[in-house]
Amino acid sequence: MRALVAMSGGVDSSVAAALMRDAGHEVVGVTLKLWSGPHGEAPTAGCCTVSDAEDARRVAAQLDIPYYVLDYTDEFRGGVVDRFVADYASGRTPNPCIECNRTVKFDRLLNGLDDFDCEVLVTGHHARNRLEDGVWALRRGEDRAKDQSYVLSMLTQSELARIRLPVGELTKVAVRAVAAEIGLRTAAKPESMDICFVGQGDYRGFLRDIAPGAFAPGPLVDGDGEEIGQHLGIAGFTVGQRRGLGLALGEPRYVVRIEPSTSTVVLGVRDELSVAGVGLAQPTWTAGIPVTGRLMAQYRAHGEPVPATLHQDRLLFAEPQLAVAPGQTVAFYDDDRVLGGALIADTYR
Amino acid sequence: MRPGIWEAMRPYSEQVFGNSSGVHDVSRRAKNALEEARERIAAVIGSRPTEIVLTSGGTESDNLALKGAALSSTPRRGVVTVATEHEAVLETADFLHRLGLPTEVVGVDRGGAVDLDSLLEAVGPDTAVVSVMWVNNETGSVQDLPRIAATVRERDLEVLVHTDAVQAFSSQDIDVDALGVDLLTLTGHKFGGPKGAGLLYVREGTPLEPLLHGGGQEMGRRSGTHDVAGAVGLAAAMEAAAADRPRFRTEVGSIRDQFEKRVMAGMPDGVVNTPETMRSPHHLNLRFPGIRNQTLLMRLDRAGVAASAGSACQSGAAQVSHVLEGMGLTAGQARESVRFSFGWDSSFDQAIDAAEILLGLVEELR
Repeated sequence: MRALVAMSGGVDSSVAAALMRDAGHEVVGVTLKLWSGPHGEAPTAGCCTVSDAEDARRVAAQLDIPYYVLDYTDEFRGGVVDRFVADYASGRTPNPCIECNRTVKFDRLLNGLDDFDCEVLVTGHHARNRLEDGVWALRRGEDRAKDQSYVLSMLTQSELARIRLPVGELTKVAVRAVAAEIGLRTAAKPESMDICFVGQGDYRGFLRDIAPGAFAPGPLVDGDGEEIGQHLGIAGFTVGQRRGLGLALGEPRYVVRIEPSTSTVVLGVRDELSVAGVGLAQPTWTAGIPVTGRLMAQYRAHGEPVPATLHQDRLLFAEPQLAVAPGQTVAFYDDDRVLGGALIADTYR
Repeated sequence: MRPGIWEAMRPYSEQVFGNSSGVHDVSRRAKNALEEARERIAAVIGSRPTEIVLTSGGTESDNLALKGAALSSTPRRGVVTVATEHEAVLETADFLHRLGLPTEVVGVDRGGAVDLDSLLEAVGPDTAVVSVMWVNNETGSVQDLPRIAATVRERDLEVLVHTDAVQAFSSQDIDVDALGVDLLTLTGHKFGGPKGAGLLYVREGTPLEPLLHGGGQEMGRRSGTHDVAGAVGLAAAMEAAAADRPRFRTEVGSIRDQFEKRVMAGMPDGVVNTPETMRSPHHLNLRFPGIRNQTLLMRLDRAGVAASAGSACQSGAAQVSHVLEGMGLTAGQARESVRFSFGWDSSFDQAIDAAEILLGLVEELR
């Protein structure tokens, strides 16, 4: 099989490429160039830095596979960065890494497979994708602590049929052992955490630079609508946030809601963060068939799944949940199998 | 490298390993080889040996020409150059601009020819140097350099004229006096010589601040221990390439033409970005409407055909070519364009095979 391996420069995708090659497939490695600064410089943090591309290039050379860097900066800006900014500007809490997977990485590479003369796309995600009774089943990774199935929850049958996730069958320890055994330079490389186009973890500074308009001042109000202070722009806030409110109040206060039309940030006590359910947008189903009824729902990348009931575009949690932010993705599970995913459009108490 | 070049260089890496600035016998032999190489180099371009500054290659020579002229002892500080220059010139001009020096970048027409009126308009009393590339590295567009140099000097005798002649050397006869330039960049690996060995021709009496200060080698214009083997290889390659020019122009030019004819015959909606006249014999820049160049390049590479898309960024991704944008193409059109280069060792069969592979891929990617 001819396999296109998306290589980020990390150990997981390096090992994914090695495993495919060793399984006898013809492997082509690619790294996506997604973002550059005002002077064309590559990011210095996250998953797509120059040194990452260099690591990927060296691993590809070591594996003796062809390797290319593909430029998708326009697609990334339009599909991920502009959306990230727009979401914050309208009071939502976006997940740019999921948007990137959805609109750039999987979309561009899957659509390009024929052009690249490859049959499958391979990534280093910790999740399992297997053909079970004629259906591609996406399941949590072998290493439950490193599982990344949440960020893949928007994939559909036609996409899963052309995706292979060899690393998901291994624990992270085993992945590093494979890397060490074949002497890959990325064997002991630490994992990246930052948002790649923001860097240094300062997304507020990034937003201020790129979208100064999202920083119109507005009121901070309490649950009764009484103004208790001013803020410098709603893009600086996310639901559930406690720090950096610029207030000294007796009881800890949290951002419980953001009202973009009036640039209002509503504060409240911890109990007021409690959410009974969420409204959903853009639901997708891994098996292609909409699911309803009782299931497990996970609304954070590293959160625990919680019992919930799905009815059309509404998800009701069995127990109230704290700090569920509009704009985030919710993934649906049956045990370790991903049923699908959706965006949280709004929350209700 | 061309045949015989490595053999000529080899003794100076293996045996005559002396520092050409030393006072002992091995050093004298190294120094002798260096100066003999310099004389041979000078003879090829019609200059004096003392006008040759040996450098590490084209990028250094371009940097030395622009920075050296703008920061020299004369009061003139300005740089005028062209939108389609190599990054080694454009980025240097941008650096000087950031230092606060006056910098002008002039546009070109659809064929890549610089607009002489705009160029003259940009030249002012503060202009230290005008830099115009002779043959463009991405499209093969040839500038009428003798006319440009003469016109600029006619306007203002004190303005220095620099040309990046890196892509011109293999096809254009070079006599620096006939050309009328003060500064000229060459590098060895573009005509079958070693990588890392280049030169800047500096007309006698040209005020130039060095980039590298130190022991004062190269008559104070470029300090640092000499790469004697590189200089010997550069000289040998220049002699071989200059002698090969008549064949290069006709034979490589004909190979390129056959490639172009075959590809365009099989691709009616293809676009030739390289101008029809004023073109070098060994470049061809083509646009494949509807096909993204990075995809085509990947497929060509897998099929054993090496081509490129203008320039690559630090990460290796293909960038939108500033040369094609300068010639009026949109970013989208530039992303559909691929540059094919032919060399002294290209063969007719190779080129026709490559054309067939290319046409097959174009068909498939449509």
